[in-house]
Amino acid sequence: MSSTPVIGVLALQGDVREHLIALAAADAVARPVRRPEELAEVDGLVIPGGESTTISKLAVLFGLMEPLRARVADGMPVYGTCAGLIMLADKILDPRSGQETIGGIDMIVRRNAFGRQNESFEATVEVTGVGPVEGVFIRAPWVESVGAQTEVLAEHGGHIVAVRQGNALATSFHPELTGDHRMHALFVEMVRDAR
Amino acid sequence: MSSTLPTSAQNPETGTARVKRGMAEQLKGGVIMDVVNAEQAKIAEDAGAVAVMALERVPADIRKDGGVARMSDPNMIEEIIEAVSIPVMAKSRIGHFVEAQVLQSLGVDYIDESEVLTPADEVNHSDKWAFTTPFVCGATNLGEALRRIAEGAAMIRSKGEAGTGNVVEAVRHLRQIKNEIAKLRGFDNNELFAAAKELRAPYELVKEVAELGKLPVVLFSAGGVATPADAALMRQLGAEGVFVGSGIFKSGDPAKRAAAIVKATTFYDDPKIIADASRNLGEAMVGINCDTLPEAERYANRGW
Repeated sequence: MSSTPVIGVLALQGDVREHLIALAAADAVARPVRRPEELAEVDGLVIPGGESTTISKLAVLFGLMEPLRARVADGMPVYGTCAGLIMLADKILDPRSGQETIGGIDMIVRRNAFGRQNESFEATVEVTGVGPVEGVFIRAPWVESVGAQTEVLAEHGGHIVAVRQGNALATSFHPELTGDHRMHALFVEMVRDAR
Repeated sequence: MSSTLPTSAQNPETGTARVKRGMAEQLKGGVIMDVVNAEQAKIAEDAGAVAVMALERVPADIRKDGGVARMSDPNMIEEIIEAVSIPVMAKSRIGHFVEAQVLQSLGVDYIDESEVLTPADEVNHSDKWAFTTPFVCGATNLGEALRRIAEGAAMIRSKGEAGTGNVVEAVRHLRQIKNEIAKLRGFDNNELFAAAKELRAPYELVKEVAELGKLPVVLFSAGGVATPADAALMRQLGAEGVFVGSGIFKSGDPAKRAAAIVKATTFYDDPKIIADASRNLGEAMVGINCDTLPEAERYANRGW
């Protein structure tokens, strides 16, 4: 048996390809996940950037929301970027009507908190345990507040932009767009440890 | 600070190529829908659109009405921005950089320098590097796509033939772009200089495409998509997502058709899901046969 973990990328919509490339570069076997039976076969899951409303609707429509909640509750490692961070939040401050999340991280998030596309930006972010990373923030959310079990890994401009709770990791920014795979390496390590 | 970071990343910086192109990466696998008012925008968002294109008339009506087609009323664009939380795009005329400045000041998330509107300049496109707001542009072939990228476009879409409900031109343009990229892959370094000359595109971009095997920006399909199967076809041909213009709100049941096209775009390679999505959608838009369309009425010929 190979010890290489198999990590899925939720492929309903978003920058799936970039996450698959980053995970492969971080020594995982990466594959897209669109169906419950595909979800059952992975050791960990990345929820990519995209439109959180679209991803949420498609997850419900195609019967993935409950299996996703079950696996996350069961301790499957997950990593969400941008829209993925929103999907992992227990609560959205300003949800669209009917917008559901998977949950898993005790936090409240604000969607598009940093503004519209004209306010999208790049900045260096100091991530605990990783070091300085290039943060690409695109219509990005931030974390309003976290629960006692949630560890804050990074802030930008006084706002929380990276968190971890147990096996769930989330960032407001997009490491998959930078070619720097340290965040993905951290996640692959979490998946290895969980097995 | 790590020495591996470029200095540009030390402080917050807006409007970078990575932020502009990265925005389009977030739209991949999705459907961008033309809407003419806030009510349609909400229908599109509820159906799972990843973005909406705000415009006064859908291309089918621009075709019907004739006359000069221009940027939409700022009030109407702002109403749509207020109505939805997904990104809002809007169109400027080709070369009309002041319309683009206006759209940027309104806070739209993407500007489409579009052949669907009447061109304002028959030689020059807008300098898109001059903007913080990213641009998407249409193309019928690789040379055109690369010229737009050289001018600063952060996303490319096939032109197709908007407002016809006929996918044939979108297929032609997407195949053309993909075939030209595949051909470049087979060229050695000596041949890339001549290829750049032939494509009328910068050598550096031609070389980058030859190495990547794809455009350096996201490639969507547009112009004539009317059914779930049309959307899935474009994705199987290599489009990373689709624009649907007249096809949704010129059909019998827009909400249902919009949701069906979203489903078929995500599961573009699963005929069973496309079949289910295609059931009982009501009437599709009537459509126009492109071979009966006079040259002067072909929007794809606009842009240079």
